[in-house]
Amino acid sequence: MTRHLLLRLVQGALVLLVMSFLVYALMGLMPGDPVEMMAAASPSMTPEDVARLKALYGVDQPLLHRYLVWLGRALSGDFGYSRLTALPVAATLGPALRNSLALMGGGLSLGLLLALPCGAVAALRQGGWSDRLLNLLAFATISLPMFWLGLLLIMLFAVDLAWLPASGVETVGNGDLADRLRHLLLPTLTVALGCFGPYLRYSRSVLAAALREPWVRTARAKGLSWRQVLLRHCLRHALIPLFTVLALDFGGLFSGVLVTESVFAYPGMGKLIYDAVLGSDYNLALAALLLATLTTLLGNLAADLAHGLLDKRVRPA
Amino acid sequence: MVRPFRRLSLALALAAALLAPAARAEAPHETLTIGLSQFPSNFNPLIESMVAKSYVLGMALRPFTVYDDHWHLTCMLCTRLPTLENGLAVKETEPDGQAGVAITYTIQPKATWGDGVPVTTADVKFTWEVGRDPRSGISDAEMFRRIRAIDIKDNKTFTLHVDKLTFDYNAINDFQLLPAHLETRAFADPAQYRTRTLYDTDTTNPGLYFGPYRITQVVRGQYVVLEPNPTWWGRKPAFKRIVVRAIDSTPALEAALISGGVDMIAGEVGFTLDAALAFQTRHRPEWRVIYKPGLSYEHISLNLDNPILADRRVRQALLLALDRQTMMHQIFQDRQRVADGPVNPLDWCYDPHVKHYAYDPAAAARLLDAAGWKTGPDGLRRNAWGQPLAFEIMTTAGLRNREVMEMVVRQEWRRLGIAVSIRNQPARVFFSQSVLRHAFPGAAMFAWISAPESVPRAMLASDMVPGPDNNFAGENVTGYRNPRMDALLSAIETELDKNKRGILWKQLQALYAEDLPALPLTFRSDPFVLPVWLQGVEPTGDQYPTTLWVENWFVKQVK
Repeated sequence: MTRHLLLRLVQGALVLLVMSFLVYALMGLMPGDPVEMMAAASPSMTPEDVARLKALYGVDQPLLHRYLVWLGRALSGDFGYSRLTALPVAATLGPALRNSLALMGGGLSLGLLLALPCGAVAALRQGGWSDRLLNLLAFATISLPMFWLGLLLIMLFAVDLAWLPASGVETVGNGDLADRLRHLLLPTLTVALGCFGPYLRYSRSVLAAALREPWVRTARAKGLSWRQVLLRHCLRHALIPLFTVLALDFGGLFSGVLVTESVFAYPGMGKLIYDAVLGSDYNLALAALLLATLTTLLGNLAADLAHGLLDKRVRPA
Repeated sequence: MVRPFRRLSLALALAAALLAPAARAEAPHETLTIGLSQFPSNFNPLIESMVAKSYVLGMALRPFTVYDDHWHLTCMLCTRLPTLENGLAVKETEPDGQAGVAITYTIQPKATWGDGVPVTTADVKFTWEVGRDPRSGISDAEMFRRIRAIDIKDNKTFTLHVDKLTFDYNAINDFQLLPAHLETRAFADPAQYRTRTLYDTDTTNPGLYFGPYRITQVVRGQYVVLEPNPTWWGRKPAFKRIVVRAIDSTPALEAALISGGVDMIAGEVGFTLDAALAFQTRHRPEWRVIYKPGLSYEHISLNLDNPILADRRVRQALLLALDRQTMMHQIFQDRQRVADGPVNPLDWCYDPHVKHYAYDPAAAARLLDAAGWKTGPDGLRRNAWGQPLAFEIMTTAGLRNREVMEMVVRQEWRRLGIAVSIRNQPARVFFSQSVLRHAFPGAAMFAWISAPESVPRAMLASDMVPGPDNNFAGENVTGYRNPRMDALLSAIETELDKNKRGILWKQLQALYAEDLPALPLTFRSDPFVLPVWLQGVEPTGDQYPTTLWVENWFVKQVK
């Protein structure tokens, strides 16, 4: 078990190294560098200014050289400064990470909390009106574009009813918990509805398959109610593949959700990564993308470990 | 039965508490919340030019000189605009024999940093040192390099010795003062200045600002809070607090406006014109929308190294074939005017009699015939060798207004027998790989941003054609080369007599209209969405934001 864990960690480190080079190279291959972008925004910048700043920022150096310099610093814990915020990368990532954790954590949890019981009901009542209704709801939420759903929620709750704020993280000068929760409600609901459909379909499918297993008949013959069978036996069985899906979504906690963040002007990781890549902010984009990669790797590792705990047959040696 | 009911009541109470908006503790309109579509990447006035930053700092700092809403150069931090006539500017000869100038400015006597330290010539000298140091990371250092020396007369008066005498010798708009008493330590290692400047490490330090407001809170990426600066010497500002919120999605910005999240949307960096037109249709009574024509010159640059477009008659025909007036009416509801050249009609040097190409497809057809492009049986024009009159047009993908204009342009040229294919690119690729590398094969639709009476040397001078010999540094992307234009550009730059300069400007515009290296379309309008109760906001149309006059903004009670 320890050997397996170590092996996975070494594999993860290699993946991170390869990813860091790929991201750096892809960003470097994008047309235009940070200084050219500065020059485009400042018509009075002269060619001498452009050459001077390119040398100062090091963007006149070959890509591989720049990458190795970055890697050397990153390995010593120095991720440099963000060009977009003029702050150290860690100071820029911190607030966005907190915001994304709150949004994605809340959204995914709510989506799962709604989807699991609905999936169970749909699995138990296969072909019935409740199954059809829930399927319709699932497909509706899968089909709805997130930006449109977000705008609908804003129009209803922020504009027409004026119950909730339309955007942002907090009211200026009033950043208490209740205020932050009010700002979080609509984007969380949007994320939750976005993942409700896939989770519902997935849980319905695995629970329906479990309900057809012979041991379910045995349990029922022993006198257990459907509810008891579902909660004590089927759910545990269904959790194994569900964990895999959740592990893949775990990375989303740290990489954010761009569309929802844009619609609600919510400063999370999705928007941060997008802005950093488009703004040629190498330091910020690399750190943010590597963090997202790392959490996805850890999520997968956690899922593997959870598999082993839930099903002894797949426990690694 | 009681317990579930109690739980439900608790849940409802919690939901109600959560949904109840926080009670407003202040009188209405004591706070003004402004929506922008961009957040400043930093707050140092000299590092990296950015509209959102200029907008915020316009409330907290003041340049020495600036172009006002009538595009006249005026003093803000200085007491009197130096001129050769009033003796505050004196011609001098540089060591290399060139004509230079010594310009004397006096700082506003009451100008004081927010921590009570007076603004003095020590700040001027320090700012110059930072600006001219190649390691400091200052983006636009040309002005600092041109200042050869600074003589300090006293705490408030200084003389700049500039190595070149140009007509705009007294405009030191980019000389944004830094507080020497605070920033000297950050500049100890000039190479580290851009990461150590207090504007970014201690942004709310009151000593960094001397304008009517100072920054009191910053939440990066979200908002900036400004409050009145007690040391401000001018008119008392009307608002107890100004909040600048950054919301970069247009629908989210509109939602924030109509739900009360923001009071107004800045024209400098807010709605696009089409978004503002749509917004005005939906919400007319609560807001007034001001459309201010600006200095963004929308045009179609033509690659003059393309043999088809090298013929002036073809270029003139292309412009005559465009019904630009109808385009402005249909696409922009007449909020933008047709342009006749790179000089804005609001600029004093604009020539109202410059050649105007009214829509005349018959004249366009005659010109093409004369140039040897005859219409064939398939409706396309070909030359004597059978080569079709065909080229490519490009613009920034995703910018709706431009893409709509491009479609109309293609349709109108197609009607004349010209085959035009569209190949749009994302802005970043378009500008860095196609436009600024002089690598677009036919036509490129985009905008140049300039300043009042800005000499278009970068766009039109022969030595500014980007190429490997100048490391693609020039901006004459059409490849236009005309010795007469070169001479005019140089003459305008150094002609101090305004009347004589006016004549030169007329000649430049006439030559441009004749040669048409680019086809003029329009000057972009900036839409300012303001609540009806807010008065005093005067859009400038130039690159200087309305916030430079924020102390003139006031609340008008609306019945």
